[in-house]
Amino acid sequence: MELAGLLTYGIFFLTLVGIYGLLALGLNVQWGYAGMLNIGVAAFFTVGAYTSAIITTAASSGHLGGFALPVPVGLLAAMFLSGVLALAIGLITLRLRSDYLAIASIGIAEIVRLVLKNEGWLTGGVRGMAGIPRPFQGWIPGYDALLFLALVVFCVVLIYWANERAWRSPWGRVLRAIRENEAAARAMGKNSLVFRLQAFVLGAVVMGLAGALYAHFVRFISPEAFNPLFATFLVWVMLIAGGSGNNRGALLGAFAIWAVWSVTEIMVTRLPEDLVTRAGALRVLLIGVLLQVILLVRPQGMLPERPPRRERQEE
Amino acid sequence: MIRVEHLSKSFGGLQAVRDCSFSLQEGKITGLIGPNGAGKTTVFNMIAGFIKPTSGRILFMGQDVTGFSPERLFHLGIVRTFQIPHEFGKMTVLENLMLVPPEQKGEALFNAWLGWGGVRRQEREVLRKAEEVLEFLELTHVADELAGNLSGGQKKLLELGRTMMTDAKLVLLDEPAAGVNRTLMGKLARMIQQLHQERGYTFCIIEHDMDLIAQLCDPIIVLAEGRVLTEGSMEAIRSDERVLEAYLGHSGAHETEGAA
Repeated sequence: MELAGLLTYGIFFLTLVGIYGLLALGLNVQWGYAGMLNIGVAAFFTVGAYTSAIITTAASSGHLGGFALPVPVGLLAAMFLSGVLALAIGLITLRLRSDYLAIASIGIAEIVRLVLKNEGWLTGGVRGMAGIPRPFQGWIPGYDALLFLALVVFCVVLIYWANERAWRSPWGRVLRAIRENEAAARAMGKNSLVFRLQAFVLGAVVMGLAGALYAHFVRFISPEAFNPLFATFLVWVMLIAGGSGNNRGALLGAFAIWAVWSVTEIMVTRLPEDLVTRAGALRVLLIGVLLQVILLVRPQGMLPERPPRRERQEE
Repeated sequence: MIRVEHLSKSFGGLQAVRDCSFSLQEGKITGLIGPNGAGKTTVFNMIAGFIKPTSGRILFMGQDVTGFSPERLFHLGIVRTFQIPHEFGKMTVLENLMLVPPEQKGEALFNAWLGWGGVRRQEREVLRKAEEVLEFLELTHVADELAGNLSGGQKKLLELGRTMMTDAKLVLLDEPAAGVNRTLMGKLARMIQQLHQERGYTFCIIEHDMDLIAQLCDPIIVLAEGRVLTEGSMEAIRSDERVLEAYLGHSGAHETEGAA
């Protein structure tokens, strides 16, 4: 019984690590590769989650829907819509210097959150959306969660591969050059705007995928779940702790920070009741302190950025 | 090759360049000199597309290129270096060079994902070219070093090296020898001459070191207070009173002479 419980928890834990890992991988393209300060991760995460939820749920009076399309369609639509949103935002804001992009992205994330909260016909408003289907339900009885974890792992592997390939390609090289010195990159004929836009959209597409997976995993979403603390702040801490510019670092960071977050959650539940509510704030503080310590001790993260290994010439 | 017509630029109340007109001849190494604040770098920035002129035109091989973006001018064949080295610090020296060639297949994401074979083939060519350039610059031993860790002089060489990774027509060098020791300066001068002769680059060089200018440049254009003061060979410039004045300031004697 103990063991089964532990296994169940382990699967639950790893699934969330995988989803956060995707968010961190997406942010790594935007920040680690291209140096774009996107503090609105939540916007793309949320849009992905709601898009897939609306597309795959059965008819409900509570929100737009009734399409009841298969989950893969939902995932693709989520990626597509997050990408379109990023394209629209990018066209407006990427001309801005990075610090202005940060401010703009915070604003946009808030707009998205408020729209979802208030447009009840679309999203169910604060009551949220229930009955989001989880794929593989009943395929192998008792193994639903494990199959879903397998799907998440598959997505992580796929995106990790795509990120790594992009990192080692001339495309990644141009992005790093733009990050290091935009004027010089332009003097070398690279259209920095176009490249940055591509990175911004790619990162957002991955975040949208993470959002969709999250919706199908928890099966009930409401604006509560997408507050900037969970959906933006934690992801940034993960990437910085793990090592921005390093995809393995992003995944390691997602694992480590989510572990800290989960362990403290378990610890909090053991506290006397009157302390529990206050302890929640303490957990956030702990993550903040942890971030400071990492920045002081290992500013480049656990796995620092490395230029791609040079392929030796075969001849 | 380049004709600059009545070029002016003001930053707020400061008129950095006033009604500047000159041309750079194809196949020559033109020197652009003048005291600090004469507007040399501003002129460079306008030719290379980094600053839009307030008024005036820039013609490159007969085409009006005023206000073109730097990346567009690069593709037309105008390549520049920076006074303060603009290396890509967290990239290796080799990568700094390999970045440069235009229209690389792997710069398109879908090729990177789905056409890796072709991308790699092209990468090998680019790598070979970059290694040649490193050999020319005598920087092969630091090929895999991060560019940010290079010495000031090595960064200057790397700046020059980047111009060799593309088929440039006009290369604008902004103080290539600033902060460079004598030995390295001699090496730089030889390299510039070699590029000029072997690759047929047209150069325009901003420089304060008169020995280097004398060694490399003909003709020389002198800017002062945003205007073209004079233009000619080194001998002509050296014997021009006005140039001396521009550098050393008006002496009292000259002022009274001028007033008289």
